[in-house]
Amino acid sequence: MDDLLREFITETNESLDVVDVELVKFEQEPNNATILDNIFRLVHTIKGTCGFLGLPRLEGIAHAAETLMGKFRDGAPVTQDAVSLILTSIDQIKDILGELEAAGGEEPQGDDSELIGQLEDMSAQADAAMAGGGAAAEPEAETAAEPAADDAGSDDAPDQTLERPLRPGEVSLDELERAFRETEIEVEVAEPEPDVEDEIDEPVAAAVAEPAPAAQPQAKAPAKKTEAEAGEKKASGGGVSNQSIRVAVDTLEHLMTMVSELVLTRNQLLEIVRRHEDSEFKVPLQRLSNVTAELQEGVMATRMQPIGNAWQKLPRIVRDLSQELEKPIDLEMIGADTELDRQVLEMIKDPLTHMVRNSADHGLERPEERRAAGKQEKGTITLAAYHEGGHIIIEVRDDGKGIDVDKVKEKILERGLATEAELEKMTDVQVQKFIFHAGFSTAAKVTSVSGRGVGMDVVRNNIEIIGGTVDLRSVPGKGSSFIIKIPLTLAIVSTLIVEAAGDRFAIPQLSVVELVRVQTNSEHRIERIKDTPVLRLRNKLLPLVHLSQLLGIYEGENADEAIDADNGFIVVMQVGSQTFGVVVDGVFHTEEIVVKPMSTMLRNLDMFSGNTILGDGSVIMIIDPNGIAGAMASHASSAVAEHQEEEQEDLQRKAISGHNAISLLLFRAGAPEPKAVPLSLVTRLEEFEVSKIERSNGRDLVQYRGALMPLVYLNDGESHKSEGTQPMLVFSDSGRSMGLVVDEIVDIVEDRMNIEVGSERPGILGSAIVKERATEIIDLGYYLPQAFEDWFMRKEMDIEALTKKVLFVDDSAFFRNMLTPVLKAAGYDVTTCVGPGQAFELLENGNKFHAIVSDIEMPEINGFEFCESLRRDPRFRNIPILALSSMVTPASIERGRQAGFDDYVAKFDRPGLIAALKDVFSGEMGAAA
Amino acid sequence: MSVLDQKFTSDNKSGGEMIQYVTVVIGGQLFGLPISQVHDVFVPESVTRVPMSAPEVAGVLNLRGRIVTAINMRRRLHLPPLEDQQMMAVGIEYKHESYGLVIDTVGEVLNLSASSAEPNPSNLDRRWAEIAGGVHRLDGQLMVILDVDRLLGAMFTEPMAAA
Repeated sequence: MDDLLREFITETNESLDVVDVELVKFEQEPNNATILDNIFRLVHTIKGTCGFLGLPRLEGIAHAAETLMGKFRDGAPVTQDAVSLILTSIDQIKDILGELEAAGGEEPQGDDSELIGQLEDMSAQADAAMAGGGAAAEPEAETAAEPAADDAGSDDAPDQTLERPLRPGEVSLDELERAFRETEIEVEVAEPEPDVEDEIDEPVAAAVAEPAPAAQPQAKAPAKKTEAEAGEKKASGGGVSNQSIRVAVDTLEHLMTMVSELVLTRNQLLEIVRRHEDSEFKVPLQRLSNVTAELQEGVMATRMQPIGNAWQKLPRIVRDLSQELEKPIDLEMIGADTELDRQVLEMIKDPLTHMVRNSADHGLERPEERRAAGKQEKGTITLAAYHEGGHIIIEVRDDGKGIDVDKVKEKILERGLATEAELEKMTDVQVQKFIFHAGFSTAAKVTSVSGRGVGMDVVRNNIEIIGGTVDLRSVPGKGSSFIIKIPLTLAIVSTLIVEAAGDRFAIPQLSVVELVRVQTNSEHRIERIKDTPVLRLRNKLLPLVHLSQLLGIYEGENADEAIDADNGFIVVMQVGSQTFGVVVDGVFHTEEIVVKPMSTMLRNLDMFSGNTILGDGSVIMIIDPNGIAGAMASHASSAVAEHQEEEQEDLQRKAISGHNAISLLLFRAGAPEPKAVPLSLVTRLEEFEVSKIERSNGRDLVQYRGALMPLVYLNDGESHKSEGTQPMLVFSDSGRSMGLVVDEIVDIVEDRMNIEVGSERPGILGSAIVKERATEIIDLGYYLPQAFEDWFMRKEMDIEALTKKVLFVDDSAFFRNMLTPVLKAAGYDVTTCVGPGQAFELLENGNKFHAIVSDIEMPEINGFEFCESLRRDPRFRNIPILALSSMVTPASIERGRQAGFDDYVAKFDRPGLIAALKDVFSGEMGAAA
Repeated sequence: MSVLDQKFTSDNKSGGEMIQYVTVVIGGQLFGLPISQVHDVFVPESVTRVPMSAPEVAGVLNLRGRIVTAINMRRRLHLPPLEDQQMMAVGIEYKHESYGLVIDTVGEVLNLSASSAEPNPSNLDRRWAEIAGGVHRLDGQLMVILDVDRLLGAMFTEPMAAA
């Protein structure tokens, strides 16, 4: 693509954005000639340049649109349809431009005749409208005149005088020249405009008639006016043109990066000099330091852009929405010239658009509702931006119905985001904040505008990524407003360097309110309510937590002792409305740091916003105050749970502990010594006539309850009975049954199943003492697949196992009973749970487990979600969690990985499960966490 | 991209295409990394831990002004940690970011024909198989080709939606 074309594309895109905005204004004020002039000129420029560059498609559309706008200028009534049509044309031009750019300068193939046809029809209608109106006489004369002149002059030698009209698509020398000058600045472009502009007034479709001279005087008058205007602009703009140049964004970005590096290096040098008292470097370094600071400021300034740039597309969006939703909407923009870093600007563009869409769709009522409420029919959305102490505040406000708290509550319950009891206790404001929850959308039906359920939570996330916060105020009947607070720039942050558990961390100063030194005899003391540490600071009680606890790096035995009551530093932080104290082991100094993004691999850690290289050359993690606040909240709720000890005991009773006595069915098969199986696994005991046993397809079956039930012989290979009756144990699960053939059923006993000797023999879990006799506990998991190979494939097991202490979560009693012996046989202390709900309760109540084994497919909460929510809680972040599933596909393993499972074991792979647990406990995973 | 391109071409030319491998030892096993992917070999020093990161992430460190994410390969391969011995690291670039694979020792550079690589044995530990791009039979030992894309690609997690 040549430079000329690239330049053209850049400029045209800019022009089109302006056209968008102007057109919307124009629709509201159809009589404002200045606006129309602006639009007209811009479209005309596009047309002219397209013709010159040989882009017939673009030229055709631009021309037809221009013709229609010409009609408006001539006094045709401006209709909404017409403006919509022109906007559609502008969109089409944008599309073509986009493809053009992508294709490296080749104009894409396509047919715009329909669009052009519509535009021409509209022009004709405009003509008709004008002809109808009394005021139309004048313009008509003009329109008629142009084609006449056109006819006369088009085939003649080019005559570059002011009056010489151009045919559609034809390019004048002026334009040609302008196209070359285009590489300079817009202001210059304005100069030749008047020449061309007036000539272009001609509508193509107009009839040929009156003599040209009649048109001349009218054509002149506007020409002079425009000339005068252009002159003014040139005067005011001329100065700018000499002082500003276009610089590619990449160049600026690179410059910024280099300055950041320079700042880092300076910091390193300062650090070195600090260590050498009388250094001759001191003075020059001081100078270098100052220069660097100034340079940094300067470069930062180049990155600042008015927020209006992010708002540019909004008037058009609101206009379209207003039509689509059939709500008249006014968009007010205040403080568009407020400047902020362009990186930040880019990041808030989409959230802002989304919020404006939301306000239009959800916030504002329908006109009839507004009328009923005694408001103006036309709703207003206000965008306001202003500075406030190192931050930019952006407000998106509507005068709609406000957020319907009851509706939100309903939705909360429906989505299971909170319980009714919890809702009871919440204030309206707290309830309203739920609209920032993932998957929340209050629109009754999904519209093309909003209501896809990926709304406000994404907005909040995007804003929080750049260290901002979003707050919400809503008054029923009066409207709601979203208040976004974002930092001026992302690149350089002033931080406090602190130490926790031997590591250093940087806390952004912005969120630090104050530092409190705690000592035994000072006025500030750490007190405890039960085990919850708090700080009495002036008139408030401040919840405290040690940074190393939050980050899960506390090295001591008891995390509660992390906070030393007599000695410590408390960083009082404020995030949003939350104020809390973070206890650290040491506070060093403050340092201006250049935030470097973390590698993609670490970006999912919400405790950190980035990392950087300190003056001493080491890397330090930068704490994300929002992440800390979030963890703090869940930490606090866990502290509350700790008080509920009664509940805890109750739960422990509910949990089926491996130590409890269980009923065992004793029987004999083959060998004389007794064998046992947990009675809870056995569905029924049956006796069959041996003669009823049928052989089919190489296996024995009996007819049992109208179906064939496969038989499995415990003492396979030995001779089977040929007459009499045969006792068997029937096991059923999900409508399938198998019969385990035994010699004799001995007894049912209640005993603890402590497997003391493991077994290498397949089918035997090991030996336990039952009724003072060594008894083999049979492994049903070995026999079930012999009857149905896919027994374990059909269903998921859910085991919560705590190795050493293993928590085993499974919704099926059958599989719980199946795998508990397996795990016990491997030497683990197993606690089982019927589902994640119960597991959560156990964990919340302070039961400590060394590992969790969880089923994947469970009702209500599946294993993935279970694991994800555990991983979100700092207390459980480091517990090894194994997934147990019959679905072992690369995709499900990957999903498990993402959810935070340490390993993923197939349900039928019992040795695999044992090996995985062993892995987990051998410390290689645990030590790393 | 260049990595993929190279792999692509090497896959296509089944003939005598030679690939140079930097060999490294992890837990006694010889691994090979295509030399084109190896940017540096360095001793990982003053590694900053990253709390709450994946267990395989050893931490972050400053390598000549760049922040490098160090991956503990022993942990990645589910091997016990190395005791009392200086570890080494191989610097690689993946998706325009710097990573350091912390390994036991670095060996020589081998020039091997692409065609002599064999696919992973089917009974290879699943956790190994997912990062191995094939095996070369050398005199007296086997060299497993480390597939950097798969090794690191598998470690990326989708950012979790905030609760």
